[in-house]
Amino acid sequence: MADTLLVVRDLSMRFGGLLAVNGVSLTVDERQIVSVIGPNGAGKTTVFNCISGFYTPTEGEVVFQGKAMHKLPGHKIAREGMVRTFQNIRLFKEMTVLENLLVAQHMHAERNLLKGLLLTKNFRIKEQELVERAAFWLERVGLLDFANREAGTLAYGQQRRLEIARCMVTQPKLLMLDEPAAGLNPKETAELNALIRELCHQHQVSVLLIEHDMKLVMDISDQIVVINQGAPLATGTPEEIQRNPDVIKAYLGEE
Amino acid sequence: MQPSFMPAAIAAGVTFILGASVMGIRLQPAGISLEVTSAPTHVYLGLIAASLFVFILQYFRLTERFSRLLKSSQESKVELPAFLRTQQQQRLWTMLAIGALLLFPVIGSRGWIDLATLTLIYVMLGLGLNIVVGLAGLLDLGYVGFYAVGAYAYALLNTYFGFGFWEALPIAGALAALFGFLLGFPVLRLRGDYLAIVTLGFGEIIRILLNNWTEITGGPNGISQIPKPTLFGLEFNRRAAEDALGTFHEFFGIKYSPEYKVIFLYLLALILVLITVYVIRRLIRMPIGRAWEALREDEIACRSLGLNPTMIKLSAFTLGASFAGFAGAFFAARQGFINPESFTFIESAIILAIVVLGGMGSQLGVILAAVAMTILPELAREFNEYRMLLFGLIMVLMMIWRPQGLLPMKRPHMELKRG
Repeated sequence: MADTLLVVRDLSMRFGGLLAVNGVSLTVDERQIVSVIGPNGAGKTTVFNCISGFYTPTEGEVVFQGKAMHKLPGHKIAREGMVRTFQNIRLFKEMTVLENLLVAQHMHAERNLLKGLLLTKNFRIKEQELVERAAFWLERVGLLDFANREAGTLAYGQQRRLEIARCMVTQPKLLMLDEPAAGLNPKETAELNALIRELCHQHQVSVLLIEHDMKLVMDISDQIVVINQGAPLATGTPEEIQRNPDVIKAYLGEE
Repeated sequence: MQPSFMPAAIAAGVTFILGASVMGIRLQPAGISLEVTSAPTHVYLGLIAASLFVFILQYFRLTERFSRLLKSSQESKVELPAFLRTQQQQRLWTMLAIGALLLFPVIGSRGWIDLATLTLIYVMLGLGLNIVVGLAGLLDLGYVGFYAVGAYAYALLNTYFGFGFWEALPIAGALAALFGFLLGFPVLRLRGDYLAIVTLGFGEIIRILLNNWTEITGGPNGISQIPKPTLFGLEFNRRAAEDALGTFHEFFGIKYSPEYKVIFLYLLALILVLITVYVIRRLIRMPIGRAWEALREDEIACRSLGLNPTMIKLSAFTLGASFAGFAGAFFAARQGFINPESFTFIESAIILAIVVLGGMGSQLGVILAAVAMTILPELAREFNEYRMLLFGLIMVLMMIWRPQGLLPMKRPHMELKRG
């Protein structure tokens, strides 16, 4: 049994009178792929926003590598090694592909102003490291030829891959993908499937996934968490979920 | 496009009626009351001409044609000329340009050198504001406030504590940076219009404070007799002050000429600008510069990658303001006299116009725009009254034709090795 990486316990989020998330719990082990599924408006992205610190959950706790995260601001959570992508891609559109990856490595960069101004050797070595790591990931996601293109000019599928690469250069432990397959064609979805597996098995990251593409979810996930109307509905392996009568009811309606 | 008679006729009619009601009727004092009289005939002839002009414009849809013409020219991307493409060539041309600027005082007249010095101050201000507006994308309408802080820092330190220019320069920069930092805090959550209004207010607060704090700043009378910078203690006056090392012309054994002072100020400004250009050029290529741009593009994405937007914003305000502080101290030294009138909102607007005209984020663009914005009004001195009109017209045309500025920022190109 692998070590537990992320534990979310009884997470609730209330917006005024609306209880968007109600007592959701989930765990992610090291090198595990966990998917969160549910109908539109079920509160999946709200769960993501709570875990990644964009919202402060009303109740419940988020523990990552034994540290409580739910009180920390988003950027501190990201620094702990938990980074995310967005449902509506958020790249730095006017910057080049390479610059996107360099910005992402801000925390690994030599940020001493004086060293940078004087262009010391140490600074140059550090910058070169960043560029090399960026090149490594660009090659992994097949965007090396586009390194100097402005990110906003890339095709939709390429932008999705760039966003994943931008997360990976921060050297995370847990990658949170919010509907990475949205808008991709079947071929691109298959490539994404392979990429996520590679990240998990070769690069030792865990993946927490929100996705509507059931083929992808069932194929790739170790664990699936189903949310319906903000409340947890079921947790289990893909086989268990597919047979679960409650899940079938939520998705297809009652007979 | 079909010429259309009715809309054009209506537009012309509206023009005439509006014009006639505003200009065609006059109020004349008759005793203690006012009398309505008709304007002289030439006013009406003018109105008819204006209506005809509107009619023709509308009938042939000239405005639409014009804007389409502008649109089509906008599509074409302006590339750097061929001789500026490679890095070595760029370096060579930069060296040549610096050399020419150094030699400029030899050929330029005193008036021109003085104007060039003023231009250099605006270059510095433009480059500094470019950090805040062009790179970090934070619209700052109160930048002149930091300029004022720098200028008054030197003036006051000199008046009350006898500081010289060189001691006061870093303090002025640091003080302006501190003000930038302090302004940064309340506006952290603001963006766009709201930020613009708060910064505008900040600039005005500083000016009004300086205007009313008469006991210390001298109020509207300002501060005079601010000494000029010295060259390693050598003064450029005819006779040295009592505690000074001596004068420049005595030390080098040459005849006194007031031109030395002007040339020295020009060269000093040039050095300050060169330092500014270098520092900002480096900053853009450093993690902090990339973070500024990323913040402009998407704050939420920044946070998701572990960048702290608060620190990035504050650093942009702080560093941007410090350059205004240096420029301010130099301005005070050059003028020898400052009062709050020099730091009105119109100055902020001009600096912002320089940044926007030049192309957000682009250093060369900002430098060219600063030169254009200070030299053109000088050349068009005869049309003094129409200067602001011309200024507005240029801005409007630029926004239609080249919203991205004269020389938009060029993205750095890097070669990657295949791993």
